[in-house]
Amino acid sequence: MKDKKTTQLCIVTVIGEDHVGIVGRLATVMARANINILDITQKVFEETFVMTMAVDIALASIGMDKIKNRLDRIGKEMALKITIQDDNIFKAMHRV
Amino acid sequence: MTISVEEVFETVRMTLDHHFDIRTVTLGINLKDCVDRDLKGLTQRVQQRIVEKGRLLNEYADRIEHKYGIPITNRRIAVTPASLLLEPLPRTKATAVRLAKALDVAARKADIDFLGGFGAMVQKGMTKAEETLIDALPEALSKTQRVCGFLNLASTLAGINMDAIVKVGHVIKDLAHRSENGIGCAKIAVFANVPEDNPFMAGAHHGIGEPDFSLNIGISGPGVVRDVVARNPDCDLTQLSEVIKRTVFKITRAGELIGREMAELMKVDFGIVDVSLAATTSSGDSIAEIIEAMGVGQMGAPGTTAALALLIDAVKKGGAMASGNVGGLSGTFIPVSEDEGMIRAVKAGTLSLEKLEALTSVCSVGLDMFAIPGDTPAEVISSLIADELSIGVANNKTTSVRVIPVPGQKPGAIVHFGGLLGSAPVMEIGQASSSRFIGRRGRVPSPLRALRN
Repeated sequence: MKDKKTTQLCIVTVIGEDHVGIVGRLATVMARANINILDITQKVFEETFVMTMAVDIALASIGMDKIKNRLDRIGKEMALKITIQDDNIFKAMHRV
Repeated sequence: MTISVEEVFETVRMTLDHHFDIRTVTLGINLKDCVDRDLKGLTQRVQQRIVEKGRLLNEYADRIEHKYGIPITNRRIAVTPASLLLEPLPRTKATAVRLAKALDVAARKADIDFLGGFGAMVQKGMTKAEETLIDALPEALSKTQRVCGFLNLASTLAGINMDAIVKVGHVIKDLAHRSENGIGCAKIAVFANVPEDNPFMAGAHHGIGEPDFSLNIGISGPGVVRDVVARNPDCDLTQLSEVIKRTVFKITRAGELIGREMAELMKVDFGIVDVSLAATTSSGDSIAEIIEAMGVGQMGAPGTTAALALLIDAVKKGGAMASGNVGGLSGTFIPVSEDEGMIRAVKAGTLSLEKLEALTSVCSVGLDMFAIPGDTPAEVISSLIADELSIGVANNKTTSVRVIPVPGQKPGAIVHFGGLLGSAPVMEIGQASSSRFIGRRGRVPSPLRALRN
């Protein structure tokens, strides 16, 4: 088992129309893959619903490509755009 | 400080809505140590290295793409100028063509779509091997799919090699006749002041001042810049420059992060981030549309050169602040066939070849991916190249020409190249010959600014 101190922070972003069950579906996928959810924030921009979910995938039982595939499937079923990206990309772009 | 939803949304929208991508990760590979008096020995070593590294490049690019959620659109390889590898070999066209074919096979085995470097640095003079390579270009590039050619025909320090330029006019015509709609010519770019680490095709090569391997990255994002310009319709030009700079800063930082991580995974040196706004045939991914969003009536109308100069300056400044490794061509490409807005402007008669040439005095590259009638004489093509390269030499910048003479077509016809290469209206080009001028041959001396030591 990996050292518990190491974390690999990722941000899941959900864009589309808010409806019942989004968080539930995502939480199930994360729990099954042993991914810890650290934070959930949501906001509406120009009528677009945006939710971000900070997750730690350091101890995940599946790779990022598989997580991405599962999220894509939920996105298709619920008519949402869902992405997952390593947190460092946001730090690089938005923090000096 | 944690990242806010606004910041995450801004980044995600760049890729989802505005086509932000890492346009290319290009691995530069030194092949100088592969030279041999025996062609077979050379090609075996060259192929082994390219296939091994090319496969790794693809594997790691896929991994990084998943990790950061930013598409890495192209994975390419640039090699030592092929003319150097030909030096110890028999000076025959067949040898040069066989080398090109070996490079093509290696690229195919590594699943790399384009491999650059089949070219030579001949700004001051040509060795026999370099002359052989130039003569072999039409056959080498038409009998391979993935190999790209480049030639450096001029530099601010050396002047302009008119002997080579005269040769190249014939090479381009010959190459055009060997492919459908002349599209084979998309695989060769000729330069003044060519950078040794440019990651973009067709002109990429691994220069002689480079280490064994170098990972260079090309980032783009005209859609992202157009969006930010459109969102600021009323600000003054200084502020406009500021918002462009900030946006380019962000995308350059993303490129730097990805480039460094790719280099680390591949255990090679990280080279440069080339921040070049490069259009694609996707709707909205257009340089012309940025210029038009800035307020110019149509690309090519009076005001275009000033707007383009402002845009390029802001791109360079935003990039330079974001990374100490910004290099290559960094600026803005203005190819015709790959940019919907440019095509519209040519069709409308707003953008002529002459205006395009004027724009290249401020843009980062040159006359790129434009079509001319197939019956244009070789001397006229050479003269056009001489003009364009003079702009680079006199202004101490890179310029290049990638021209497609389309056999059988007249000005006004629309030629479809297909896929990423788009389509192009055949442009009017003056047919009055300057053959007496270029026929004098020799070298145009370097300008006074070359004598600065």
